[in-house]
Amino acid sequence: MSIDIDQANTTAINRLMDARPILKAVATARDVIPEMKDNLFLHAGLPIEWGRMSGPLKGAIIGAMLFEGIAKSEAEATSMVEKGEVEFDSCHHHGTVGPMAGVTSASMKVYVVENVEHGNKSFSNLNEGYGKVLRYGAYSDDVLKKLHWMNDVLGTALADALAQSNGLDLRALIAEALHMGDEGHNRNKAGSLLYLKLISPLIAKVVKDDAVESEILQFLGDNALSVLNPVMAACKAMTDAAHGIEGSTIVTTMARNGTDFGIRVSGLGEKQWFTAPAEIPVGLFFSGFSQEDANPDIGDSAITETAGIGGFAMATAPAIVTFVGGTPKDAINATLEMYEITFAESKYFTMPVLDFRGTPTGIDLRKVVELGITPRINTGIAHKNAGVGQVGAGLVRPPLKIFEDALIAFAEKYNI
Amino acid sequence: MTVTKWNVRAGAYYDSVVLMQLQRGLLGLSGVVDAGVVMATQANRDLLAANNLLPDSISANPDDLLIVVKAKDDSSATEAIGKADELLARRKSSTVSEDFRPRSLSGAVKQLPEANWVLISVPGRYAAGVAREALELNKHVFLYSDNVSIEDEIALKKTAREKGLLVMGPDCGTAIINGIGLGFANRVRRGGIGVVGASGTGTQAVTTYIHALGAGISHAIGTGGRDLKSEVGAITAHQALDVLARDIDTKVIVLVSKPPSDEVAMKLLTSAQATGKLIVVDFIGYSPPSRSLGNLHFAASLSEAAGMATSLAEEQILHNESSNYQSPIANHYLRGLFSGGTLAYETTLSLQALLSPFFSNTPIKESQRLIDPLRSQGHTIVDLGDEFFMVGRLHPMIDNDLRIRRLRQEADDQDVGLILLDVVLGEGAHPDPASELAPVINEIKDKRPEIEVVVIVVGTDTDPQNLSLQVEQLRAAGAIIYPSVDAAIDFVARLFHQAPRSEDTPISLAAFSNPLAAINVGLESFYDSLVSQGAQAVHVEWRPPAGGNEKLASLLARMKK
Repeated sequence: MSIDIDQANTTAINRLMDARPILKAVATARDVIPEMKDNLFLHAGLPIEWGRMSGPLKGAIIGAMLFEGIAKSEAEATSMVEKGEVEFDSCHHHGTVGPMAGVTSASMKVYVVENVEHGNKSFSNLNEGYGKVLRYGAYSDDVLKKLHWMNDVLGTALADALAQSNGLDLRALIAEALHMGDEGHNRNKAGSLLYLKLISPLIAKVVKDDAVESEILQFLGDNALSVLNPVMAACKAMTDAAHGIEGSTIVTTMARNGTDFGIRVSGLGEKQWFTAPAEIPVGLFFSGFSQEDANPDIGDSAITETAGIGGFAMATAPAIVTFVGGTPKDAINATLEMYEITFAESKYFTMPVLDFRGTPTGIDLRKVVELGITPRINTGIAHKNAGVGQVGAGLVRPPLKIFEDALIAFAEKYNI
Repeated sequence: MTVTKWNVRAGAYYDSVVLMQLQRGLLGLSGVVDAGVVMATQANRDLLAANNLLPDSISANPDDLLIVVKAKDDSSATEAIGKADELLARRKSSTVSEDFRPRSLSGAVKQLPEANWVLISVPGRYAAGVAREALELNKHVFLYSDNVSIEDEIALKKTAREKGLLVMGPDCGTAIINGIGLGFANRVRRGGIGVVGASGTGTQAVTTYIHALGAGISHAIGTGGRDLKSEVGAITAHQALDVLARDIDTKVIVLVSKPPSDEVAMKLLTSAQATGKLIVVDFIGYSPPSRSLGNLHFAASLSEAAGMATSLAEEQILHNESSNYQSPIANHYLRGLFSGGTLAYETTLSLQALLSPFFSNTPIKESQRLIDPLRSQGHTIVDLGDEFFMVGRLHPMIDNDLRIRRLRQEADDQDVGLILLDVVLGEGAHPDPASELAPVINEIKDKRPEIEVVVIVVGTDTDPQNLSLQVEQLRAAGAIIYPSVDAAIDFVARLFHQAPRSEDTPISLAAFSNPLAAINVGLESFYDSLVSQGAQAVHVEWRPPAGGNEKLASLLARMKK
């Protein structure tokens, strides 16, 4: 074996940590996302054909087709899909990430994040807030109406606002939010307020109508997930910078499409996914819902854990410890467990409660397989039926098998 | 009629305490007649079979968890098997909100960076791997696990020696480091006696006897039962002796082992001697060359070893002078030229165990036979009264001619540092041997002043030669006089004690003087015991690498770098 895995991992991790994701712009998907086409619908997770898609993902695709205006009804959309008139692909193949269904279509406004250290770009759609939303597969008229408002009014305002600035430093924003009780995945309350603080003076400059301005600020401020999508895009920019390092066993993607869980590894192929059926998250449910209602794990938001925050930074988010067992100590233990399978500790993301120790960063395939500890992912839980929305939040771990498969493939590729 | 049901779980490793608790839990369920919960190793399967708890149709690998329930009816058995998870989980739930328990050694080191010891009691086939990792992390190892191959043991110990680390074991049951017992150890008083033990229970016995006698233990270092085999060469025992020799709190050292091979015993005794400290040796069942050799004292039993150590510790002031003395002839050879056969034999018996290479024309062991009685090699004892020399010649007690010529021959050998003679007086012997020997001794001392000439003189003042007159002449010529073999050997032993070999990286005494902090991998009871003794400890929730999947584990081993 001629490769030096530790050296390759060091290179990958340094690229991940030194990446400097800056929120540069909001733009229309077809104008900025590589190889974006009018009949292409990007979705969360690894590629999947229509027949195997879960309820929320199908619903979101129908909704996006209605939003794009290429279909007028659910029936028409379904029939177009079945005739092969639209194409699907993984967001990840286009530098893009999206929470839950993650469906992104050509006309949608997206955040543009640039890693100014290495030059790669990443994209994510705008967050719709709570309730009936496209990302959980809802596509009723009010859902579509809100999407249009977001695209035309909010998106335009954000685009104009960001054009007034040199961009917002998302690495600094995440670091600060972690000191304010966020872990960056299930809790983005502090980060969203920081985002609001940074963006509102710019919005005030570019939006002339006070009522509209008020509406926009209200919308951003009410949504404690406003910053989730830019944060995910930042994590994507960081992990993409770490991808493709020859000989590295660092996991650079963890993503779920609602049917399968997939990972990619830095030292393996660009489109080489290791997959297994997604598991159903275990967690706490909103009243009226139970484990029975939960859809298998879905969304690209596990990119946060891949980059070393989210479930990995649980120790710093005592407010949401109910997801992990109930006590702050459980939250600390959750983070300590993730140090067991990571290659490094973050230089930039630190946790006061652990004496400002860096977050566990860079999942090392070898350690996962050796110790049998899979990554902890904090996640929202979608209803299994399209359009019902979020039914709870909790914890999920990817199946161990995909890491074992990846290890074997790695050994084959490098003749180990 | 009873019903037996079972459940095999591949690659599910639990430590035996958990399994016992589960087994007890299953036995407490209604309708359950008997239950067995084991990792399905051959030994455990045999045990189940002996209890009629191993139906023929069970197939399971050593890494599989095997749950067998015998119940009075089918439904009770099924129900009990179904409860296994609940019972396992019940135990787990009590650990929620406890301190985080790492699964890897490196994780544990991050949690307790000051830990300088790693206790390993995982199944033997995994133990060497864990020990290797501990050494990579620069930790000393207490290796309780058995079934570690001798090749692994040698490799681990060599690595440890290079790094200045100690590997106690494999199969090391007992150690006491800085007042904290590791593995199976007794709570004994702290004191000035150090123990190096190749046998766990031997160490336990000696340390408790010493405690009962009112003395105490500085450190007790285990070596594992195979350390003194010639393949391993007592690597750990040598390191342990060196540590205890340098430890100022240790005044007396007890060395306990089953009899080692001659070669290993010799090297170890040489090292023991080199420490300059008082050493009590109990090679159980080994017949010692004498009661004592310089600083070495031989005990015939564990309790005698404890008794000797205790009294030596009390009187150790007497022996202090020898501790750091390095003689200029330490690296030279000894040549003994004897007229008395029994005196030669007694001397040979003691020195052959102490000096190497050693030869004699009347050896104890054939391998030490002098090729040519006329020519000395290495350290040599020659009995000039042997019949080889007697052909056409008077006995050397009467005729000094042969001995004088041999004396000059030895003195011409630049490798020789000490010449040992006996002079036996009495009726029939030479009327004034000193008058012939003294001038030659004088001549030798003139030519090579560094050579020591030691003479054992046997006789009385009423003998025709007069003991005092003989001694006076010899002393005037520069010889050192002793009345017995014992006393002469004691002197010789101290002159030839050598400085510890410097090729090994010395073990830092910090690991012995700092409060003990340890990482425990394996039996949880060892962790509990450390904590209850007030030591800082972290327990690793160890599992076989890759869940016991050998293919993946071997891939991982190749991907470590």
